[in-house]
Amino acid sequence: MAVNKQSAAESQAMTGNEALAEAMRQINPDVVAAYPITPATEIVQIFSSFHADGLVDTELVLVESEHSAMSAVIGASAAGARAMTATSSQGLALMHEMLYIASGSRYPIVMPVVNRALSAPLNIHCDHSDTMGSRDAGWVQIYSENAQEGYDNVIQAIRIAEHNEVQVPVMVMIDGFIISHGMENVFTLDDQTVRSFIGPFKPRFPLLDVDNPVSVGPVDFTDFYFEHKRQHHEAMVKVKPVILEIAEEYAKISGRKYGLFEEYMLDDAEVAVVVISSAAGTTRYVVDKLRRAGVKAGMLKLRVFRPFPAEELAEALQHVKAIAVMDRADSLSAQGGPLFAELRSALFDLPKRPLTTNYIYGLGGRDVPVADIESVFNDLLTTVSTGVAGPKVRFLGVRE
Amino acid sequence: MSAEIKQQSMPIKAGAGWKEIPWGGVIPQGGTARAFNVGGWRSEKPVWNREKCINCMMCWLYCPDMAIMVEDGKVAGVDYDHCKGCGICSSVCPPRVKAFEMVPEHE
Ligand code: SF4
Ligand code: SF4
Repeated sequence: MAVNKQSAAESQAMTGNEALAEAMRQINPDVVAAYPITPATEIVQIFSSFHADGLVDTELVLVESEHSAMSAVIGASAAGARAMTATSSQGLALMHEMLYIASGSRYPIVMPVVNRALSAPLNIHCDHSDTMGSRDAGWVQIYSENAQEGYDNVIQAIRIAEHNEVQVPVMVMIDGFIISHGMENVFTLDDQTVRSFIGPFKPRFPLLDVDNPVSVGPVDFTDFYFEHKRQHHEAMVKVKPVILEIAEEYAKISGRKYGLFEEYMLDDAEVAVVVISSAAGTTRYVVDKLRRAGVKAGMLKLRVFRPFPAEELAEALQHVKAIAVMDRADSLSAQGGPLFAELRSALFDLPKRPLTTNYIYGLGGRDVPVADIESVFNDLLTTVSTGVAGPKVRFLGVRE
Repeated sequence: MSAEIKQQSMPIKAGAGWKEIPWGGVIPQGGTARAFNVGGWRSEKPVWNREKCINCMMCWLYCPDMAIMVEDGKVAGVDYDHCKGCGICSSVCPPRVKAFEMVPEHE
């Protein structure tokens, strides 16, 4: 995120959930399905206040589960509506089946997701195991470091999802409690600016257009299913340039510029941490501290995890000597976390590969203090001086 | 979509490549079930007796596949390309009429 040009007077103190609900109010979707789940409950709760106060034209559907919430927005989207819902953790897991129906049917649904650990044992705090579990569901996944990015990403997500060459649902993430319930200054755009940026929804084959009848959700056996998956693959290839094009346009109205990822002090970095979402704030602080001490430290914060920007990441990281890949989810493959697996694969084609180490951190909301990130950089410096990466998968902040 | 596609008017041609078909499995046309032969799914077929039929139209009303053919407001027979052999027509036909008999497909 580039430096904001707006004055502080235009910012408002908001929690992450308030910022996402505010974005939804400005988007004014045709249909919103609401079902509560900690820590995302507030998003639809605040939105339902907007609805009760007549501030939106939305048809608000109060459903009996997250499976139903996703089903309702799928139905609404098929009918020709701009449809949204929000969820977290177990709720996302319960929708899992319907996530594939939404993406496979190519409905441009946008859904904020507040990242929270999955049970068992029961935990309501932040990690990324919920959305990492949905990473192959055919949705675009955009992660946000803070409330500001969450707000900006939700508005851009409408354009990405509905883009003619995309037509794929998008989930936008913020970290549970750390961001969802943390208060910060957020710069919002005025309603008219948001509405002209997103424009009217133009559904492709609305079921409610009775003059042009269509059939949706047909049986798709050995003869066509594969072709439909091939199309979906192609859409995910097309997403990357579309995200950048829309980010460019969004920068013009907001002064805030986004990419597929953010590079911080990376150009000449010898050691770097690759991280997703709120832990980037702590990492940036540590990078600044190390830079003042003359250490060539850098950070890469991934924004778009699906589609995975493999070529761009390899290009941005190729000169780094040692990289720590931070995973706030363990895919329990006994080979590290999901980001590590995909990033290592992305680096594989480089003629000279950086040394990489995986850190599983912050599971179940475990705090990530500055000292922990400093210890990661210290490990990286040891790797550079010895030329050996050491244990491939390490755990940060777990008690032995 | 997953059947032999018969009608020339079908917007999705059998054997079409991934670039040629609409996204997400949508079929941008109505009434395409006509092009879908489900007769082969039957294990029993309803055999209709014109002499017994009183044209109460219960079978026409209840048939889930619109396979009861009608001409001039009267039952004209069964469309075996679309009849799946569920037997509903036979069970809703008034007991004292019994104009349908379910016969095993191989007979
Ligand atoms: S058997 Fe079923 S499908 Fe066939 S004509 Fe009778 S009601 Fe219709
Ligand atoms: S239900 Fe029986 S009597 Fe009535 S129209 Fe059908 S075949 Fe004829």
